[in-house]
Amino acid sequence: MTHVDGNALAGTFVEILGIEITEAIGRCRHCGSVYGLARTRAFITAMGAVMRCKDCDAVLAVIVQNPRATVVNLSGLSYITVPRR
Amino acid sequence: MGVINSGFGGRRGSSNPNLPPGQTLVDDWPVLTAGPTPAVEENDWSFTIRTEDGTKHRWNWTELLSVGVEDIVTDIHCVTHWSKLSMAWRGVSLDRLFEDVETSHDYAMVRSFGGYTTNLPLEDLLDGQAWIATEAQGSPLSAEHGGPARLLVPHLYFWKSAKWVRGMDMMPSDDPGFWEQNGYHLRGDPWREERYQ
Amino acid sequence: MTNPTLVRWHVGRVIGRRYEADSAVRLELDVPTWPGNDAGSHLDLRLTAPDGYQASRSYSLASSGESTRVVLVVHEVPDGEVSPFLVHQLAEGDEVEIQGPLGRYFIWNPADPDRSPVQLIAGGSGVVPLFSMASAREGVEESADFRLLYSVRTPRDVLFADELGALSRTTVDIVHTRESPPRSVRPPGRLTRDGVAAFSFSASASPRTYICGPTAFVETIVEWLLELGHDPARIRTERFGGSN
Repeated sequence: MTHVDGNALAGTFVEILGIEITEAIGRCRHCGSVYGLARTRAFITAMGAVMRCKDCDAVLAVIVQNPRATVVNLSGLSYITVPRR
Repeated sequence: MGVINSGFGGRRGSSNPNLPPGQTLVDDWPVLTAGPTPAVEENDWSFTIRTEDGTKHRWNWTELLSVGVEDIVTDIHCVTHWSKLSMAWRGVSLDRLFEDVETSHDYAMVRSFGGYTTNLPLEDLLDGQAWIATEAQGSPLSAEHGGPARLLVPHLYFWKSAKWVRGMDMMPSDDPGFWEQNGYHLRGDPWREERYQ
Repeated sequence: MTNPTLVRWHVGRVIGRRYEADSAVRLELDVPTWPGNDAGSHLDLRLTAPDGYQASRSYSLASSGESTRVVLVVHEVPDGEVSPFLVHQLAEGDEVEIQGPLGRYFIWNPADPDRSPVQLIAGGSGVVPLFSMASAREGVEESADFRLLYSVRTPRDVLFADELGALSRTTVDIVHTRESPPRSVRPPGRLTRDGVAAFSFSASASPRTYICGPTAFVETIVEWLLELGHDPARIRTERFGGSN
């Protein structure tokens, strides 16, 4: 199995966080790269989704759906910016 | 919402009394991966147990195999609901590796090439419950399934059987590894359906 | 058109289905609450088993605009969890849950004042969102020049064959990699960098490029375009991984 790009997480990001992934820019906490989250590498399996930095492969975000809740871990991102509407 | 798609079953197979609750038997061996597959040559491979006083017990590939590789036939259960029964493995028992290890800590953080981690109580790693596995189903472990070697702890959900294992650090408390930090259960007993926290 | 506040779950009813290629089915859904979608956007489709088990997958939309009729194409993945159900069991009259529309990055808006040429490059089923863009272009009198380069294995794998043939505002080039149509002047063969150069706008034309297909295909095309001097900031990609 290979990766897809961050666009694949668009549904979860907008449903849970109200963030349009295709407009969001983030900074990788590990290597400092700043770029649109749509360009990240997403590894999606039944365990969950792991979003990795396209430049250094560090884990940016992890999303796990369990029966009671969705767990969203954004600790690999220093920040996310979203344009004002 | 409420739409039911009758006829849709997901990955379903026949029910079997040897299956823990919520599991389905599969014929294939699904690959689930959270990142790029590490490429580790046997020449570059090593496994290290680190204890609280800084001691490192280290085995390279040849040394690992010299400890003694045994045959294991066991069932594996993935938290994503699939199970394989009576799977053939070969590996080195952790009991042999821990023979000379002195620690008063009760937990281990397992580390893998590529950065994956998972936590386990020492109690779950000893007494014939865990191996460093080098072969599965009659062949050397492929990279996509964790080769050259992975941890094998079949009595717990398979995310605990860390692929591309490179070492274990003893720790005093049950600190969460990668999936455990993201809501998965700290222990993961399939018979108690310990999938999530 | 894709407004985040309008992205939510909808119920769609299958009003049409037909085989589009050997193991691919075109599904037409009637979605009364659909707010419309941009060309190139996608949706998440969720199936729920009678015991509550759920699985969802993303599919690109072949349709765009204000309509509440939504068209998508599902390829059957061998041993897949979702696609075999959609291809073989989902029938006309059945309902499915969909979430969307999704995607603001990989879209083309007919109202876009930018008139620089648009290059679409499709690998296999990656043609779906690009077809929606070419279809949207068809409905506009004056807009950018459009080209579609579509790489497929055999003539039987071509999606939307009739519609592509009828497009008057997009130049379509289909490259067959394993088997050519009978009476074809070009033997089958993998797409090469020279082939991409021959069938696309040159870098000097400063096109906006959309590439969609399997990850390896997309990455190779991007590499070639950069070698040909294209500006990476004007290239957008959408990749399919090993999903089922």
